[in-house]
Amino acid sequence: MSTTTPSTPSTPSTPSMTLDVSGTPKVPFTRLVGVELRKIYDTRAGRWLLGAIVLITAAIMTIFFFAADAPDRTFGNFIGVSATPQGFLLPVLGILLVTSEWTQRTAMVTFALEPSRTRVIAAKTVAALIFGVAAFLAAIVVAGLCTLVGGADGGFEGLEARIFLLFLALQLLTILQGLAYGLILLNTPAAIVTFFVLPIASSIVFNLVSGLRDLAPWLDLGTAQGPLFESFGASALTGEEYAQLGTTTLIWIVIPFVLGWIRVMRAEVK
Amino acid sequence: MIKVDRLTRTYGGFTAVDDVSFTCQPGRVTGFLGPNGAGKTTTMRIMVGLTPATRGSVTIGGLAYHDIPNPGRHVGVLLDAGAQHAGRTGREILTLGAKTMGLPLSRVDEMLALVSLTDAEAKRRMRNYSLGMKQRLGIAHALLGDPSVLILDEPANGLDPAGIRWMRDLLKGYANRGGTVLLSSHLLNEVELVADEMILIGRGTIVAQGDKASLLAQSGPAASLVTSLDNDALARALQGQGYAVTPAGSGLRVDAEPVQVGRAALEAGVVLTDLRSGARGLEDLFLELTAGTQREGHPAAATQLQEGAQA
Repeated sequence: MSTTTPSTPSTPSTPSMTLDVSGTPKVPFTRLVGVELRKIYDTRAGRWLLGAIVLITAAIMTIFFFAADAPDRTFGNFIGVSATPQGFLLPVLGILLVTSEWTQRTAMVTFALEPSRTRVIAAKTVAALIFGVAAFLAAIVVAGLCTLVGGADGGFEGLEARIFLLFLALQLLTILQGLAYGLILLNTPAAIVTFFVLPIASSIVFNLVSGLRDLAPWLDLGTAQGPLFESFGASALTGEEYAQLGTTTLIWIVIPFVLGWIRVMRAEVK
Repeated sequence: MIKVDRLTRTYGGFTAVDDVSFTCQPGRVTGFLGPNGAGKTTTMRIMVGLTPATRGSVTIGGLAYHDIPNPGRHVGVLLDAGAQHAGRTGREILTLGAKTMGLPLSRVDEMLALVSLTDAEAKRRMRNYSLGMKQRLGIAHALLGDPSVLILDEPANGLDPAGIRWMRDLLKGYANRGGTVLLSSHLLNEVELVADEMILIGRGTIVAQGDKASLLAQSGPAASLVTSLDNDALARALQGQGYAVTPAGSGLRVDAEPVQVGRAALEAGVVLTDLRSGARGLEDLFLELTAGTQREGHPAAATQLQEGAQA
């Protein structure tokens, strides 16, 4: 856009009308993830939530440690009890990571610094999953310690890596589910309520309406995930049960996530 | 540096920005002036990709905002100083920006010093900030990446008089060093003192643009206010030369340049005691040009907005 005409008083001679961006690389994705990780714990709400996850996980394992009969104090059971608080609270972390950008209107700043909304959503997703993995690893360490200190004889026996991975995948999918509802609703209370109430309402409907009961494992998330919790440390899942996990994951997690993604791509950032 | 080309944005039946074109030059402060709801903010939001344009385009330095790598290093943006997490401290907000842009954290301290936010203030949470402090923090955030272009929406909002002067000096200095500044305001006085170039917008369309002199030149026919020892004789002399004369206070209002009035007085041998330009100032021009878009006494404008919101 550099001009060859001589400068006039109203347009003083200017070195350049173009931006020289040759020396500026794009913001690396790892840096975006780093910033999103920081956003999780740099507010009081985020720190309280993280503290609650750690404390409740530790508390519930301690309670189980003293309350359970000695033979039940296996590594698998310790992990199992940690799943409930983490499964409830980690998705809230994901929801907050998305919705606070809109309720606090920081999306205006975030998208001004990284105009690719896809990269921002991806960075948020990776950041939330990193916290999920960290929470799972922490649960394994604590459960390992509990089993070593006061576990049943042979508390580590009969463990299958495949089950653990499936279990981790389930935790991460639950986080994705939280992110998905956050992306669709872009409103913290609405997303949290939807995340907790909708699956319960679905389970009630599928269990009460007799005509739907047969379809429940294929359509209701809670019903499909049931065998995973029951089979923990015991028998593996059947092929049909895997397929049911697949269809319910698609309906309850993948499709909402895609819809939420599309909404954010199109939304006008206010 | 910033080139807005036939930009249009509609919301249903409501046109917020209507075929707007203008250019912001490097080394100059461009003031974007218009009443509330005229389309200033929408235009600036389209510039940085937060709102999609219905038609037309904006380029900054020849690039669409989306195509500028690490845009914070090139374009400093402040659209709403309140759009920050209420639970983060001022320092943390700047730290997040610096980390995203890949800047050393020393830059955060430099910017805090530049906008005169003390260490104690920087440690406070955003919810405890006054509007003026939020604006200072927003300016610091916009300047973090040492950009060559600044886009600021109502930056003087909430600043005290000393703060407004500080902002004025800051932006002038920035433009003198070759930077491009676009700042919006609904207050003429704020912009008039700092802007080299002014763009007047009302109801989504540009009603006038240019530097102060050229805007004043188009602000209507010449007029003078004159008082003399013999107003009647002067009036006769001026009317004899074909100028319209009306009494105004203790003197006369003449539809002519002061120089023509002075010459007529000299020829008529009348002693002048006061002679000055009676042309309207920028404020009159601004109010006149945007008259159809002011809310006061124009219910049509208000209903149009409501329709737009419902659509």
